[in-house]
Formats: sequence, C-alpha cells, structure tokens
Amino acid sequence: MVQWTDFERATIKAIFAKIDSAVVGPAALSRCLVVYPWTQRYFGKFGNLFNADAIRSNPNVIAHGKVVLDGLARAVQNLDDIKATYAELSVLHSEKLQVDPDNFKLLADCVSIVVAAQLGKDFTPEVQAAFQKFLAVAVSALGKQYH
Amino acid sequence: MLSKKEKALIAEIWESLSPVAEDIGSDALLRMFASFPGTKTYFSHLDISPNSSHLRTHGKKIVLAIADGAKDISQLTVSLAPLQTLHAYQLRIDPTNFKLFSQCMLVTLACHLGEDFTPIAHAAMDKYLSAFAAVLAEKYR
Repeated sequence: MVQWTDFERATIKAIFAKIDSAVVGPAALSRCLVVYPWTQRYFGKFGNLFNADAIRSNPNVIAHGKVVLDGLARAVQNLDDIKATYAELSVLHSEKLQVDPDNFKLLADCVSIVVAAQLGKDFTPEVQAAFQKFLAVAVSALGKQYH
Repeated sequence: MLSKKEKALIAEIWESLSPVAEDIGSDALLRMFASFPGTKTYFSHLDISPNSSHLRTHGKKIVLAIADGAKDISQLTVSLAPLQTLHAYQLRIDPTNFKLFSQCMLVTLACHLGEDFTPIAHAAMDKYLSAFAAVLAEKYR
C-alpha cells in the first residue's frame, strides 16, 4: 500500500481544493492532444481536432477533460485505496477503450504543467514532488487491470 | 520534427530567459532532485542545497548550453560536440535522466511563464529538449 506523509496528504488535498476541474481538466486534456498528437487516436469521435485552437474549443474535449479531473478528485478522496477505487476504470480503459497505458503518463505530465502554470511560485519543488507522486499512483492504478 | 515557427519560438524563449539562467537552472535542478531522488547520486561532489552557489552555477551552465543550442537547432550536433564527449566519457549520466530533467525544466517554464507557456510553446519546447537530449547521448555507444 502507498505510504503518504502528512505533508503529501495535505499538499495533494490543498491543490485539489484550489483548482477547478472544469478549468484544469480541459486545459490538461487539450494540451495533451497538442503536445502528444498521437494521443488523438483515441478521440476519433470528438470531431475537429485539426489545430490547437480547434482542440481547445472542442466541446467534447472540454466535457471529457472535466470527467478526467473529476476521476482524479475521486482518487484524492480515497488516497489510501486508489487501486480499488480505480479497478473498474482500469478495466474500462483496458477492455473497452483499449488505451495504451503509456498514454496515462503523458496526460499526467500535462496536468502537472497546467497546475504549475496556475500556481506559479507556490508549486515548489516539494509540492511538485508530492503532486507527481499522487499522479504516478493514479496512473499505476489505472494500469493495474490490464492483462 | 521542428517547424521554422517552432524553432523561432524556442530561440525567442531561451533568449528571454538567458538573463535569469541561474534562477531557471537551479529551479529545474531542485525540482528534479525533489521528484526523482535517484538523480542526486550524480552530485555527491557538489552542495545541491537550495540557493547554494554550486547549484546556481551549475544550473546556469546547463541553461546557457540549452539556450546556445536554441540559436541554431539545425547545428546541434556541431555545437554540442564537446558536451557530447564530456557526457559520454566522463560524466556518463544514464540518458534516462535527461528525460527527468527535461520534464522538470518544462515545469519550471510553466511556473515562470504561466499562461504564456501555451500548448504550442510547450509542444515545441518538449520536442527541442528531446532532440537536445538525444544529441547529448549520441557518443555513449
């Protein structure tokens, strides 16, 4: 089981209290689709993803971005059992969506960048380390049910 | 592959950051040491505590090398030749660490530039840092 220090718990919860899923989610997802264009392969049904502006204003990207961040927020509510919390999601991503788990890390990196841009100086090296540890745990849990 | 526009954007960003190379470089290094403690093993000969002169000097060196490469990206293999030799034969830093440093550099840029670190700038920068790292590792074997 993952061991969280008091600092890590407090930091992760504080970040999620500060950010708005409806803002960070779409920003992170659209950034991922721009920075790592091959991830667009999973969003064929989303419509116009032809350039950064189209991606940013695509209503499907915006809606889905929020879904993803809400999913991360659920993990924050269950820090001591993220694996169980994500079991169903992991099966969904593996069996139905068939997403290569390497992509989870790409999206996680984009979430880090978006949060960093928002928090600026407050996103200190220690805060970053705690946040990225959380993201790594979430990413790992999401890949657990693949076989 | 970097387009002409991206190369210009990258050169512009690094030009604007060169005056604060020490701040940017030391920040990125500190982030790397905090998130990826294994990277500290390469620095047992230096004082890498926050604000130490070793850290700031070293951070500045790295950023100025990256900024210099950005002035003519098509010539990276030429401009980085001495650094390639240094990393391959003396420092022998495992190249996986270049990725870790690059990620932390991107976070530093995001913290520093905020909204100005647009998805397009981010994409261009990520590509440049990947290319830089690849060239740096060319002489390893």
